[in-house]
Amino acid sequence: MDFLRPASWEEALAAKAEHPTAVPLAGGTDVMVEINFDHRRPEYLLDLNRIGELGEWEVGQDTVRLGASVPYTKIMQNLRAELPGLALASHTVASPQIRNRGGVGGNLGTASPAGDAHPALLAADCEVEVESVRGSRRIPIDAFYTGVKRNALAPDELIRAVHIKKADGPQQYSKVGTRNAMVIAVCAFGLALHPETRTVRTGIGSAAPTPVRAKAAEEFLNAALEEGGFWDNGKIITPSVAKQFADLCSAACNPIDDVRGTASYRRHAVGIMARRTLTWTWESYRGTAASTEGVA
Amino acid sequence: MRVNFTVNGRQQEADDVWEGESLLYVLRERMGLPGSKNACEQGECGSCTVRLDGVPVCSCLVAAGQVEGRDVVTVEGLADFARQRAQHGGCASGACGDDAGKAGTSLQDAQQWQSKPSDSQTGEGDELSPIQQAFIDAGAVQCGFCTPGLLVAADEMLEHNPSPTDADIREALSGNLCRCTGYEKIMDAVRLAAARQSEAV
Repeated sequence: MDFLRPASWEEALAAKAEHPTAVPLAGGTDVMVEINFDHRRPEYLLDLNRIGELGEWEVGQDTVRLGASVPYTKIMQNLRAELPGLALASHTVASPQIRNRGGVGGNLGTASPAGDAHPALLAADCEVEVESVRGSRRIPIDAFYTGVKRNALAPDELIRAVHIKKADGPQQYSKVGTRNAMVIAVCAFGLALHPETRTVRTGIGSAAPTPVRAKAAEEFLNAALEEGGFWDNGKIITPSVAKQFADLCSAACNPIDDVRGTASYRRHAVGIMARRTLTWTWESYRGTAASTEGVA
Repeated sequence: MRVNFTVNGRQQEADDVWEGESLLYVLRERMGLPGSKNACEQGECGSCTVRLDGVPVCSCLVAAGQVEGRDVVTVEGLADFARQRAQHGGCASGACGDDAGKAGTSLQDAQQWQSKPSDSQTGEGDELSPIQQAFIDAGAVQCGFCTPGLLVAADEMLEHNPSPTDADIREALSGNLCRCTGYEKIMDAVRLAAARQSEAV
């Protein structure tokens, strides 16, 4: 095994081009487990810790450019207003020790359906900035997950940053696990209201081969909210609408039975989380709408 | 490969380190510092918690090569670390003082480090950090395997949150498992350390 220690992003890209099998190592919270347990003996480890820019973020007009290695702890501490869904998801990641090391780039690189960040990224909408010596490109999050632990990266590409849309409305995140900490998701659900476009986006974790959106549920809800004038009148969501939305979210799952839970439990739990997160976010939106009206 | 880094305030060098080796292995097997415990090796239990550039991390998940040039504090250096912090008003790394070179715990001292709790009768002994003393006084040590990680994690929390709520303590220690299930006593110990810290100020 060789330990590659690039001091700059350009050096890292050159190293990855020269050794496409090199395994990128940042927080180590996935890779080191596999090495400790002898599940993996990569020819090359590509340490990204010396590349400072990967740990930085920039808040822009419409998006946040989040460096691939920004630890979850910093997302929770610094980006709660801009990225509320991701901040909530970050808080459910393992433990303080793990959140101090792990970041979104690792979740995306591993592309496990159980990665905690995925539902929040899908719901908020984002693009993954990847680069190789051949050039840079941005992969829309909807096209990023290609299979179980597979993503759209080419062998010579590295994840540099994620460009996440800043929240324009309430966002929520919910996760089912056997404990409140140190737990991999049985299933998870993210929901974001986008009042500017009058749309709702969702993300489902651990209930399909890849993280997925419940697109039929989104389309149904978008139409129902529009039809009922909900965005303007700020009425509570009709229970039948919430139920239909929840059922469609359950239907978007394609889960398996495993040690953490059965497929039918996952489907059921996703429906419950969908209804709850919709209620939470909508109540929050109504509160905001009401207070805005009050001022006007 | 060779790795140079700071352990408990002193510059150290590890040779013939295997590329896939963890910081935990280097500390225990190459530096002779077995205070950080090797338990789950997958970041679940927190027994190997150390400070890396001040931040609590599971040393089993840090590759040795990643600590090149960086600063590590282990439980063996915790008493000295806490003393320096108290003296220098928050800077325990020694990096901001004139006597940076002299600060810290030598490898030999760290290897031979033993707990010398203060005797309530005689008042002797002064080589424990406040959190270590509180663990002893509260009876928060049973088999002791989880204790080093808990001490490092709890000490770090008290550094930035001197008056934690119970929820704060539970959250800060949520990455440290105790299989003797002595959590209540551990909570008592952290509350005790926090109370003593606020009295001292």
